[in-house]
Amino acid sequence: MDIIHRNNVTVTGNPQGPTVVLAHGFGCDQNMWRLTVPALEPHYRVVLFDYVGAGRSDLSAFSAERYGSLDGYAQDVVEVCERLDLRDAVFVGHSVSSMIGVLAARRAPERIKALVMVAPSPRYIDDDGYRGGFSEEDIDELLESLEANYLGWSAAMAPLIMGNPERPELGDELKNSFCATDPEMALVFARTTFLSDAREELTSVRIPTLVIECTQDAIAPREVGAYVHRAVPSSQLVTLDATGHCPHLSAPDATNAAITAFLAGLG
Amino acid sequence: MCRTGTGPGPEEADGSTSSDSVFAALLEDSSEDLYENAPCGYLSTLMDGTVVKINGTLLDWLGLDRDAVVGRLRFTDLLPVGGRLYHETHFAPLLRMQGEISGVALEVKQADGGRRPVLVSAVLKYGSTGTPLLTRVTLFDATDRRAYETELLRSRKAAEESARQARADRARLQQALAVLQQSLLPASLPPIPGVETATYYHTASPDQLGGDFYDVFPLDGRRFGFFLGDVCGKGPQAAAVTSLTRYTLRAAALHDPDPVAALTTLNQVLHDRYSGDDPRFCTVIFGVLDPDPVSGYVSVELASGGHPPALVLRSGGTAEYLPTPGGLLVGALPNPHFTAATTTLAPGDTLLLYTDGVTEARTGADRSDLFGDEALRAFTAEQADTSAGAVVAALTELLTGLAAGLDDDTALLALGAASATPTPEPLTTKTTP
Repeated sequence: MDIIHRNNVTVTGNPQGPTVVLAHGFGCDQNMWRLTVPALEPHYRVVLFDYVGAGRSDLSAFSAERYGSLDGYAQDVVEVCERLDLRDAVFVGHSVSSMIGVLAARRAPERIKALVMVAPSPRYIDDDGYRGGFSEEDIDELLESLEANYLGWSAAMAPLIMGNPERPELGDELKNSFCATDPEMALVFARTTFLSDAREELTSVRIPTLVIECTQDAIAPREVGAYVHRAVPSSQLVTLDATGHCPHLSAPDATNAAITAFLAGLG
Repeated sequence: MCRTGTGPGPEEADGSTSSDSVFAALLEDSSEDLYENAPCGYLSTLMDGTVVKINGTLLDWLGLDRDAVVGRLRFTDLLPVGGRLYHETHFAPLLRMQGEISGVALEVKQADGGRRPVLVSAVLKYGSTGTPLLTRVTLFDATDRRAYETELLRSRKAAEESARQARADRARLQQALAVLQQSLLPASLPPIPGVETATYYHTASPDQLGGDFYDVFPLDGRRFGFFLGDVCGKGPQAAAVTSLTRYTLRAAALHDPDPVAALTTLNQVLHDRYSGDDPRFCTVIFGVLDPDPVSGYVSVELASGGHPPALVLRSGGTAEYLPTPGGLLVGALPNPHFTAATTTLAPGDTLLLYTDGVTEARTGADRSDLFGDEALRAFTAEQADTSAGAVVAALTELLTGLAAGLDDDTALLALGAASATPTPEPLTTKTTP
């Protein structure tokens, strides 16, 4: 199976420039980066993709077993990098994708030379001395509500939005969406994401890393950003004067400025 | 609202409230009261989500005091975790990008631990410089709608489960039918010295047992019986006739291998067994092969009960039908006539038996033409100088190409005299009326 088709890989920007890979987080797809891409395109080759199960990926390639762990998603990243024969790319991951990037960089160090973590979280559930922002009951409720199909991404954003020429009005819905995820697959990704614990993995990161956090984030509180920064010695932390878990959408200028400054510093 | 006319309203006459007083009451209705006690929830937040204003209706829904909310909680604090996640990844970014968002299905947490389904709309209020200052949010109670959606979801899940069960049942049925179908055909054909055999079998649908059948079996130390036929109808009843036909022909041939005698016995059995209101019959060619191990020639005696004529492919590159006209369906009448014919296969010649699934395969762009007898003859003539296996392989490829036009079951049985180097003498074919 061709990886380009499987992961709906899009390559844009400056073919002569260094490569930046943008990886979406849970409940989203590559549309999330719509305000980031224009800032990178002039100087960088930009690679966008959808994890299998999200967006316009090939849903037939989905395997609950493979995507039941962050490693399965990291394998997607590595395969995309291999397919494009990327060298020394910078991986930009949102939320849980920051951790997927850590795993992918460890698997293929020659392909990923630096990481940008946008609102990262290595663990969402509170633990002894660690505040992830969610209790176990919270996550149980989240998974239940996903199963009950109540949430927007599992109900309104189902893949039938895709390729439905007989229902063009569904195409318009995509403009209002950063996400199109099959409900069953979203549930697998949700379990993988919200039950994950990648804190150990962080300590092995040795490559330049930028951690971007917001002053207010209802998903990953400030403590999490500080934790990640402490755990990754080679990291710098940027706190944006912005609100939300998706600063690349809610505060695109500040987020893009932080990313491009970091990229420029890599030489 | 616009009011015309000055006369008293109809209610004034009996002392009830006049429309004038209703109108006045409406005018006195304060905006404050409208906001506070509206039939929907209102709240306003700063850009960091901090609630700065909330109406009484929403406070009632939440079961919270104003002091516990205003300046203390953010909008996301009112949402369960799923809603928080959706707010952060979709709701807030879309609102910031578009300035408004509407009709979003969320739930709000209630002080007693309950959840109230709501439909949320929000707009941004901008300052004079275009900077967003406030978010105004309206929440509509969606309890009934959610109950309706839940019921729809339940129904959909039940339907999906039924469909899944139906698929599983169908797969099991197809599996059972496939096993049964195999049991109606010989697992393999016996080796016949000096003769190559080849077969093909295709059922029109995996959901139906096919009605075509064939068999080859030893009669004595030298001769072999063979037959190929087509039972009318499909499904279990047809399969029962197929089974009875196969065993009857085998038993009859061991008793008397004359082809007409074997068909007569079969006719008697079918006619007696299915004489009621469910008549069953079949078309069949039954024959006997008598290979000569010295010369390599194979004598063929056969008889047809209403079946399409066999084809004889000569190694010189010709194909001709072996006519068996006038033979009647087997099992339809008490004393039918069956037509016999004989031929001899020289080394390299092939006798081909087939069912009408081949000749009635639909061809052409719109699948409206039938393949037909002549096309079959011409096609097999091109394969005539090959072998039984090659003929069946070529026909199989042809039929695979016509897959969409194959409405009926199809069976092929090819019996070829093994090739030899000596030039064979000219042969004759004889039909016995």
